[in-house]
Formats: sequence, C-alpha cells, structure tokens
Amino acid sequence: MTSNSLPMDALSEMPESAEATKPSIKKPAPAVTTSSNGRELTPFAQMIVRQLNKLQKGSPVASGEYYGQPGAGDSRIIALFSTLFFIGLWALVTETGMVRPLFLPSPVDVVARMVDITLDGFSGATLGQHLAASLGRIFGSFALACLIGIPLGVAIGCSRVMRGIFDPLIEFYRPLPPLAYLPLVIIWMGIDESSKIMLIFLAMLAPVVLSARAGVSSVKIEQIQVAYSMGASRWQVVTQVILHGALPDILTGMRIAIGFGWTTLVAAEMVAAERGIGFMVLNASEFLVTDVVIAGIVIIGVIAYLFDMLMRYMETKLVPWKGQI
Amino acid sequence: MNKLKIHDVSVVYPAAQGGDPVTALNEVNLTIEQGDLVVALGASGCGKTTLLNLIAGFIRPTDGYLTLGDSRIEGYPRVAVGLDIGDEVTGPGADRGVVFQKHALLPWLNVIENTEFGLKLQGVDKQERRERAAKFLKLVGLEDFHQHKIYQLSGGMQQRVGIARALTNDPQMLLLDEPLGALDALTRESLQELLLDVWRETHKMMFFITHDVDEALLLATRLIVMSPRPGRITHEFELNFNQQFLETRNARQVKSSPEFIAMREKILAIIHGDEIAA
Repeated sequence: MTSNSLPMDALSEMPESAEATKPSIKKPAPAVTTSSNGRELTPFAQMIVRQLNKLQKGSPVASGEYYGQPGAGDSRIIALFSTLFFIGLWALVTETGMVRPLFLPSPVDVVARMVDITLDGFSGATLGQHLAASLGRIFGSFALACLIGIPLGVAIGCSRVMRGIFDPLIEFYRPLPPLAYLPLVIIWMGIDESSKIMLIFLAMLAPVVLSARAGVSSVKIEQIQVAYSMGASRWQVVTQVILHGALPDILTGMRIAIGFGWTTLVAAEMVAAERGIGFMVLNASEFLVTDVVIAGIVIIGVIAYLFDMLMRYMETKLVPWKGQI
Repeated sequence: MNKLKIHDVSVVYPAAQGGDPVTALNEVNLTIEQGDLVVALGASGCGKTTLLNLIAGFIRPTDGYLTLGDSRIEGYPRVAVGLDIGDEVTGPGADRGVVFQKHALLPWLNVIENTEFGLKLQGVDKQERRERAAKFLKLVGLEDFHQHKIYQLSGGMQQRVGIARALTNDPQMLLLDEPLGALDALTRESLQELLLDVWRETHKMMFFITHDVDEALLLATRLIVMSPRPGRITHEFELNFNQQFLETRNARQVKSSPEFIAMREKILAIIHGDEIAA
C-alpha cells in the first residue's frame, strides 16, 4: 500500500493556489479498486483498504517517538487497565472462595469495612480520627524536616565548615533503620506525641538534607561566575542563584522524604499510640481482622500516591525548566 | 583612562597524582587599553582561558600581578602585603562582564529578568533597570522576546541575551570566552557584526578568545597568539581588518583581500607549528 505518496492524477486535481502545490496529508487517499493480483475489489473491501490507509497515516510522529528512547510515550490508559485487572483478579480469587477471607477478604468486604470504620470506628476511634492523627504526624514532621533540612543541606553544600561539622553526623545516622533508634528516641523523649514526630522527622531529614546538598553542587559554575562578574555578593549568589538552581533536587528530595515518612509511620505508632492509621493496622492484625488491615494499607497507599501526584504537579509549576537546559 | 595591566603573570596548577605541576601560563605580560579589542588565539592548552579567568578574577596568579585602574585583581580575597601597586584588592566584579561559550543564563528567569539581573543585584530600581535592559535587548535584536523563557530560545538567541546581559551592566571591559564557538556560521557572522558595532559605539575594552582564525582576524585590533607548554604569548599583531569591515560592511570582501589571506596563512603556520611540536 502506497499511503504516503500522491499519484499524479491527484495532484492535477488540486486547485492552483500556492498552498496547494505542496502535497498535503489531508488529501483523501486515492481510491484502491483492484487487489495486488489485479482482481476487482468489492465496495466493502475498498472501504477496509481506505480505513487501513487512514490508520497508517495517523497523526504526525515526533522525532524519537519510536526510534528514540525506549519506553517513551503515555502509559496512563495501560495503567488504568492494569489497576482494574488486578482488582478484578483480587475479586475473582476471593469471591469464588479460592482464598479464605482470613488471608484475603474480598474487595467488597474491604470497602464495606471501610464504610463501617468510618462511621462506627475501630479500636476506639473512627477512621477520620485515625487518619487525622497520622496525617498530623506525617505532615508535622515533614514541615519540620523541610524547615530544618533545606537550609541545612544548602549550608552544607555552600560551606566547607558546615560540611565538616554535619557530614559525619548525617552520613552516620542516615543508613540506620528507624526501628534501631526507636527505643533511644522513646527513652529520651517519652512515649507521647513528640517521640513519634521525632522518629518520622529523623527518617525524613536525611533525604531532604542530601538532596538540597546535591542541588547546590548541581548549579553550573558558569552561572555562579557570571553572577559574581555582575557584582553579586556571596550571599546574593546563594540566594539568587544557588537556591533557585537547587530547587529541582530539593523537590525530588521532598518527594523521597514523604515516602520515608510513611514507611516510618507504622514503627512510630507501634508504641503507646491510641490513634493513627499505623496503629489501627497493627491493632487489627493482632485480632486477625484482615479486612481492616487491608483497608488501612489501601488508604495509606492512596494518600501517598495522591500526595506524590501533587508534588509532581508542583514540580511542573515551580521548575518548568527542569531538564530543559 | 583605566587600563588593564598584566605583569609577569604565571599560573602553575599543582601536580595531579603521580604527575608534574602544570605551568598553564608562564611570565605573561599584556596591557589592554580603552578601545582595544584584544583577541587571543592559540592551540588548545595554551592558557587562553586561564588568562581570561585571571582577568575576570576567578583565579589568582601563582606569580606576578594584574591591575585594572587602581585595583589589583586577585581570584581570592587576601590582603596584599608589602606591595605598593593598587589600593584595593578585588575579585570578580561588575567592572568586567563575562560571556561564556555555553550561555550561563538563569532558566528560572525570563529574557528581560536575565538581562537586568546584574542591575537587580546592585539594587537599581525596577523601572530604571527595565529600561536599560530593554535598550540592550533592542540592540541585540530581541525586543520582541522580553517574556520568553530561556529554554524556548535558539542557541544564537541565548547568546544574544548573554551579550545583552553583560552590556546592561555597563562594565569597563568585556571578557568573551569563545562566545560564538557553538553557533552556526550565519548566526556567528551576524553576532560578529553586532559585537563590532557594540565595540565601536561603547569603546569598551574587550578580551575575546577564539579558535577561529578568520574570526580573530576580522574582530581584533590586537591579536595575540599563544603557545602551549608552557602557556605564553608568542606573537602579537596590530590589525585593522575590523575597520575595513565596519566601513564596507562586507565580510566576504574583507576576508578575500590579499592582506587578509596572507595574514591568515601566517597565523595558521604559527599555530600548526605549535600543534606539530605538541
């Protein structure tokens, strides 16, 4: 099928304007009336051929769309189908009784249980109260980690002295699992809210500091030198050039930090919590209330995902130049 | 009148592991006066960029000194002890504007904000700095692009913004490190012409680095040829091809004149000699 070339008779039919002298892809495909072995095609077959030709023409292709980086392109529709498929699979194995509800309750049961704990509560508090307690801890710690971590990371990146002082400390505690220093935090700060915030804060601090520091060193030396050559002071270089240049990395660090926060949340709510999604899940698992466990997991997952989408949206708004230059 | 003096300057980079110290510049002397357009030409590794960095104040000489007017240029703040040259020690500053090969614009600012950035740093009020930036954007032919993002511009336009930005700051001296090296031939020619117009109008001192012999001959009032290992100035020529060009506005005619061709052959012979030696 020669879908991309125009035969001469199609050209001769064109009106004689300057624009029409260029072959246009909007021209209808030439009628194909015979097959390759010369037989006359039925009108239906001709229509099929026309439609196939149309499909082949398609929309214009951007450079590198196919012969470029593997895996480029939009995957959202596939993601939607994949999600629906796994929920369907989950429904199938549970509703047919292949897996017992103790191990995996059906999606319908989980949703029903969610409604139930929203209205009547579970282990002493409603879902809303559990959620509020956890979100307060997460975002309280997050605010604290950003407030301390970003200036600290920038300072470490900009100052030899600060790097000397804080580098060993941060590099030492960063790889430690929060569960390892949880007892210490409790001994120091007690079992109330402050120790929980502290634990989550510590988990979030390292990625924020390290990303801010990496952001500082990603600023191009030429940008800094040109700023100096336009009369910038050291302080102006930091505030007007380095802070902006470091922003893409800082935002990435914040995204990673929130992820660390959710992982640490359950650990933080293991000790002496009365409310919280993590506490609710732990409590439910002790009584083998699997549907509450799954409801809790789904809620954490969905909230974390939504927040990540929000952060990504903010990235496109705050640093539209990321990767462009 | 201010002038830039480079007096017996050497730069030695400390030895890399297992190697010898590298002498990037060896006892270089150069004076640049008001209205000089000095072009530095030479094989790679001859210390052109090191020389520019010294003048800009990004590095400091191992030996010798540089002065601009009454101040001494040092790439590191320190008190000049026991030297009665210059009252003041200065690092990089607004009196020496820099344009690099790869534009160093700030992508979070648009074209006019980039252009006025230097004035903003100095606390000039918004209306005045807008006016001055607009004037130079017009000069480089970007009056219709004030609100554009940097990454929406072509390479030539980005470099124009870089030049407008340096000029808006009204420096005494412009330092250009292969500013046209990454551009296509046509854009390059139009920017050469632009730079010559700027030079004629403002009479600023300019120090221009290039690899391109034709470009060097066309632009320079003074051409210095440098040689590597150790980096030094080996030849210096006074030229007036830029005058011819500004009168005729015909680069091809200037470049095909017998004097131009003879000069080009002479310079190429010097540079090739260096490269064969290396």
